Amino acid sequence: MPVPVLKQGSVLIASIQAALSDRDLVELRDDLADRVGRHRSRGVVIDVTALDVLDSFATRTIRSIAYTAKLRGAETVVVGIQPEVAFAMVQLGLSLDGIETALDLEEGMALLQAREAERVG
Amino acid sequence: MSDSVVVPIERETDIVCARQKGRALAAAAGFLSTDQTLLATAISEVARNIVSYAGKGTVTLQTVQEGGRRGLSIVASDNGPGIENVELAMRDGYSTGKSLGLGLPGAKRLMDSFALESVVGVGTKVTMTKWLR
Repeated sequence: MPVPVLKQGSVLIASIQAALSDRDLVELRDDLADRVGRHRSRGVVIDVTALDVLDSFATRTIRSIAYTAKLRGAETVVVGIQPEVAFAMVQLGLSLDGIETALDLEEGMALLQAREAERVG
Repeated sequence: MSDSVVVPIERETDIVCARQKGRALAAAAGFLSTDQTLLATAISEVARNIVSYAGKGTVTLQTVQEGGRRGLSIVASDNGPGIENVELAMRDGYSTGKSLGLGLPGAKRLMDSFALESVVGVGTKVTMTKWLR
């Protein structure tokens, strides 16, 4: 099941659903890299609220999405990591080093807006 | 009482299936939400190992009882190439190139007991258990 991506102003919002397969994630990475250019987006929000597990593969792919988007000129914020998912990630030894996170979509959008305001000056 | 579910792992979408069945079984056994997530994550890691390295295999999920305590046992088994150096495979960050190298050692940290048996050319079997707290 492909991940739906919404465009809101200069931000792309990807809402990841629960039953996410490895292939869906890799397709999301490619799709976002393409859309960032097409829509001239400055920010990407990856909403993982519905995701019940963030294992090593998912974490690595989300990291590569964020780095790819960054190279295309967009900042990524990962939002909605559930408390038990965060706990499991810590136990597993996973981190999202160098990637912005926020509690939820609202906080994530606010963070990107603040970044954009800084950038414009 | 022991419920047992065998999930065939043949393609990556089966990883999602295995972890969902594991979570359901864990919930039915009385595991709290946090532990259900730890179990689902560990299942995801061992099931992915099957897909990445062996191509196909099975994940067997079973509720177990031992000395008055209840738990969930997970056996991931395949007839793949096997692991040459088991000790190395259990080291954090070690990978033959397909992952972060946190899968097996990570899964071990999420569970109460963990055993890895592997014979080169024969296959690999991971047996792990988590007990209800």
